Amino acid sequence: MAHPPLRVGLFVTCLVDLMRPRIGFAALKLLKGAGCEVVVPEGQTCCGQPAYNSGDRRAAQALARKMVREFESCEHVVVPSGSCSGMIRAHYPELLAEFPEERAALDRVVARTRELTDFLVNVAGLTTVPGQFAGTVTYHDSCSGLREMGVKSQPRALLAGVRGLTLKEMATPEYCCGFGGTFAVKYGEISARIADRKCDDVAATQADAVVLGDLGCMLNIEGRILRRGESTRVYHVAEVLAGVEDD
Amino acid sequence: MTEAAQEAFSGTGGPGTARPQGGTFSGRAHDKLHDAKVQRAMRNFNLAAARSRAMAELPELEDIRTAAAAIRDTALADLDVWLERFETEATRRGVKVHWAETHADVNRIVAAIAREAGVRKVIKSKSMVSEESHLNAALEAEGLEVVETDLGEYIIQLAGETPSHIIAPAIHKTREDVADLFHQHHGTPRKTGIPELTMEARAVLRGHFLSGDMGISGGNFLVAETGSVVLVTNEGNGRMVSTMPRVHVAITGIEKVIPTLEDVACVLRVLTRSATGQSISNYVTLATGPKGAGDADGPEEMHVVLVDAGRSTVLGSDMREALRCIRCGACMNHCPVYQNIGGHAYGWVYPGPIGSVLTPSYIGLENAVDLPNAATLCNQCGVVCPVRIPLPDLMRKLREKQVEAGLRPRWERAGLRVWSWFAQRPALYALATRLAARVGRLLGGKRRAIGRLPGGGWTGERDFPAPQGRTFRELYARRPR
Ligand code: SF4
Repeated sequence: MAHPPLRVGLFVTCLVDLMRPRIGFAALKLLKGAGCEVVVPEGQTCCGQPAYNSGDRRAAQALARKMVREFESCEHVVVPSGSCSGMIRAHYPELLAEFPEERAALDRVVARTRELTDFLVNVAGLTTVPGQFAGTVTYHDSCSGLREMGVKSQPRALLAGVRGLTLKEMATPEYCCGFGGTFAVKYGEISARIADRKCDDVAATQADAVVLGDLGCMLNIEGRILRRGESTRVYHVAEVLAGVEDD
Repeated sequence: MTEAAQEAFSGTGGPGTARPQGGTFSGRAHDKLHDAKVQRAMRNFNLAAARSRAMAELPELEDIRTAAAAIRDTALADLDVWLERFETEATRRGVKVHWAETHADVNRIVAAIAREAGVRKVIKSKSMVSEESHLNAALEAEGLEVVETDLGEYIIQLAGETPSHIIAPAIHKTREDVADLFHQHHGTPRKTGIPELTMEARAVLRGHFLSGDMGISGGNFLVAETGSVVLVTNEGNGRMVSTMPRVHVAITGIEKVIPTLEDVACVLRVLTRSATGQSISNYVTLATGPKGAGDADGPEEMHVVLVDAGRSTVLGSDMREALRCIRCGACMNHCPVYQNIGGHAYGWVYPGPIGSVLTPSYIGLENAVDLPNAATLCNQCGVVCPVRIPLPDLMRKLREKQVEAGLRPRWERAGLRVWSWFAQRPALYALATRLAARVGRLLGGKRRAIGRLPGGGWTGERDFPAPQGRTFRELYARRPR
């Protein structure tokens, strides 16, 4: 390759770290496949979104400043989540406005943060992916990815390159799944009812799997599908693109 | 908390103005989620589709939203000036302008106008502001007969309920419900066809229009430069209410003032499209003063009641953007929470995302603790709001205020504290998550799903997919190099 490799810091996110490390490795595989040099800053934990959305501004600030410190030397910051990347890009500037001495590092991190599929398509120019999938999938647009990060065509463009995969759109892919962070626990009944609408929509496509880009939506939709006793699988887009859907 | 707000929550108002249900938000939401009729009605409700069709015809939509928001901001920036201008212009045209600082003032002022004019029967077109003060009950307590003439409002008045939506007040009712109500209250044979039901309401209301002494309307906008009250309606009842009786009283919030007629034209373009998907409503009435010397019709007296009741406090706070609201209803029409639970679960006059911002602002943070939290922050409301109110950001600010004021439950605060303490200490966090990943994996068993978690919030109607069993960080540290 003529260009020097893109140097990427991968922000794995707390949910991927705890729940599905496979997604983090899938992201690594895709980034390396796109010719990137990837570092995974060691002490990373959480972007602070749960605290921010629960009104605990101080805890959110502490975690946001920690994240910025850990990633300020990275040329690119890539996140396999629309809502965590949205937290950084759309909310860090407001959240950290009262720390002017850290402003320069903040601006750098904010400007360099991208959601995974957006980075792969629009920065790394990735055109071929290793994934293979014999079947039909439908794609759920997560709210923050879509409305804060403009993630809509990127995952679809990449999925189109997965051998054997057919994408069948559901009627309302942009409709919220009902997760909403701690909302899902505090108002579980309402949350599950909203998830039900999403599951109906998914079921109507008769797709083998629903693919999405956020762990929160994933746990919510998969949890409801399991309770409904359905067999539709739920995958993070990175798993399907990298061809690592199963253990 | 104002008296009216207390009343709204304790549910002790008189007849005529129906109360919201008592209890907690979650309790009310639970009831609505298990009310088959409400669920059927909410499933059929789709003003969102109408909006998106109408907006598709407006290529300059985003620019108009920006302009509309700027117009509202201009008005709010110098609200006192625009209101005084309105008062001067309206007074010059023979209108009596009243200032109501509290909800109690609203009821007192309107009752006094009625008394002085010897009114016996009041006909009303839609006014959400009058719901705030339970005006109907107050007037009935004065011995007046009050009849709602907006079809939806009429239906819920018969049912003894409150509006569940700001522009479609009876949206929670099915056609069958309406058939029963009409049969019961009109003493006519039961009918279920929508045209027949509408004709029956029309015939009954006609008599009321002819016999009303006083008409009460809301006001979508107040035009500062002309002193006009703008009414945006579809049924024409607003026009009847404001012209047929001897006395017309328009009641509206002080934030509704708009500088010029041209500004109104701009905001109207997004109001009706956002509300019902219409490029323009069937009627747009500009009520400018009472009947003049050469006029063929119109009221002998015209009054405008300008209601503060908490608005000036909001104006001076970081919630000010909420006052841009033009009450189109789009935020609730697009809200996944509202679409499932309907408007009554929200507990006060304004439901949906804008209600979750306004209710705590008007009746006190401590009296609406659930509302700002009962949202997924999906921002569909912010995307459709014609005046660009950042509703999720405002809800988040209210959440912060709740934490500061110590209004969140202790378990929630403790949980967040423990979690964030660990998350700031990577080594300990790594240990804790490694343990959690293993325990979760075990609990998941063969199905790899956890069916029950403490509290039950998540697992009441959902499983919790089990973690893979090892954290990313530990696997990454051990990766082959
Ligand atoms: S907040 Fe915006 S969308 Fe909601 S009713 Fe007001 S103007 Fe309409």
